[in-house]
Amino acid sequence: MGESITFWVLAIVSVIAALGLVFSRRAVYSALMLGVVMLSLAVLYAVQDAPFLAAVQIIVYTGAVMMLFLFVLMLVGVDSSDSLVETIRGQRFWAIVGGVGFAVLLGLGIGNAVVGSPKGLAAATQAGNVPSLAQLIFTRHVFAFEVTSALLITAALGAMVLAHRERTEAKPTQKDLSRQRFVTFGRTGKNPAPLPGPGTYARHNAIDMPALLPDGSVSPLSVNRYIARYEESQGILSPEVAQVLEQEEAALRANGHSTPTVAEEARDGGPDTEPMDEDGVVAVPVVRPRGESVRESLSEEDGK
Amino acid sequence: MTTHYLVLSALLFAIGGVGVLVRRNAIVVFMCVELMLNACNLAFVTFARQNGNLDGQLIAFFVMIVAAAEVVIGLAIIVTIFRTRRSASVDDASLLKY
Repeated sequence: MGESITFWVLAIVSVIAALGLVFSRRAVYSALMLGVVMLSLAVLYAVQDAPFLAAVQIIVYTGAVMMLFLFVLMLVGVDSSDSLVETIRGQRFWAIVGGVGFAVLLGLGIGNAVVGSPKGLAAATQAGNVPSLAQLIFTRHVFAFEVTSALLITAALGAMVLAHRERTEAKPTQKDLSRQRFVTFGRTGKNPAPLPGPGTYARHNAIDMPALLPDGSVSPLSVNRYIARYEESQGILSPEVAQVLEQEEAALRANGHSTPTVAEEARDGGPDTEPMDEDGVVAVPVVRPRGESVRESLSEEDGK
Repeated sequence: MTTHYLVLSALLFAIGGVGVLVRRNAIVVFMCVELMLNACNLAFVTFARQNGNLDGQLIAFFVMIVAAAEVVIGLAIIVTIFRTRRSASVDDASLLKY
């Protein structure tokens, strides 16, 4: 009875999660759905006299394999969603028809494969599940087990060889970065110094709070434009910040510049996205539009 | 009861197969392959219990090991392809056609 309840609950959960894995638009949701399926299968193993496999399932699959999937997903780009273009016409429809037919076929075939009630593993695992499995692995299947270790080493080596990439040019040193920063400063007038910290008078260090200068006034460099624009549209922009922004805008207009529009900022990749270069390494922060004044993480600022 | 497990396993396997055919993102296709492997493991464990024989569990164990190795290599290949093509879509890796 207990087993039936466990089975039905987990069967429904795992089938729904599997459907979610196939049909959810975002890859991260798919990964999490796969995690749900794997966990419910682990419980089903435990119910079916396979406690060792249940543990291995959780450790290897939900632990290692899922982490690897999520890691690569983050590396490759979470929003690399599927294209909706069908390369073969009607492929999706026929794939689903074929899948349903296959499920029916397999279900019917397998449903007739089992006759009689299960024998259970009590006789086969008198020494306990793990010792009995160990005995099988290290006697009858010892060669396969040894070959497995070779396979794992080969896989680790292969992953390193495939994912490795030689650096074709020298890594920019701190000196290079600083020099580049000042070249940019000379060319565009972009502030070469780090962004201001929250300040002595600060009572908050949240990103929507402007940093305070020693005289207690707001530092315009520290105002996040996105948040300021949002707050302005909502009518909750604090008067100090609004005043500072107006002053800055007036100064810019006097110089013949205009404030960067949303489109321009978006073209830059936005102030807080760091573009990836060819090596898959996060590009040096020099190219970041520092004048756009996103507050850096506080630890970086306060440490100086 | 055993039949229920087997039907569940067949269902999960078919869903994984549909996913492999339908999805375009290489990583999601890979996840669907993992789902199919898991479904097979469930069938192995169920048959082990049905026949009172530990060999099924042993095979499931080996399948897990091979699946782990396969995931490592497959994801490394996906990362390599992504670096050269800036895309993880299976449709873009079609250079052998021309």
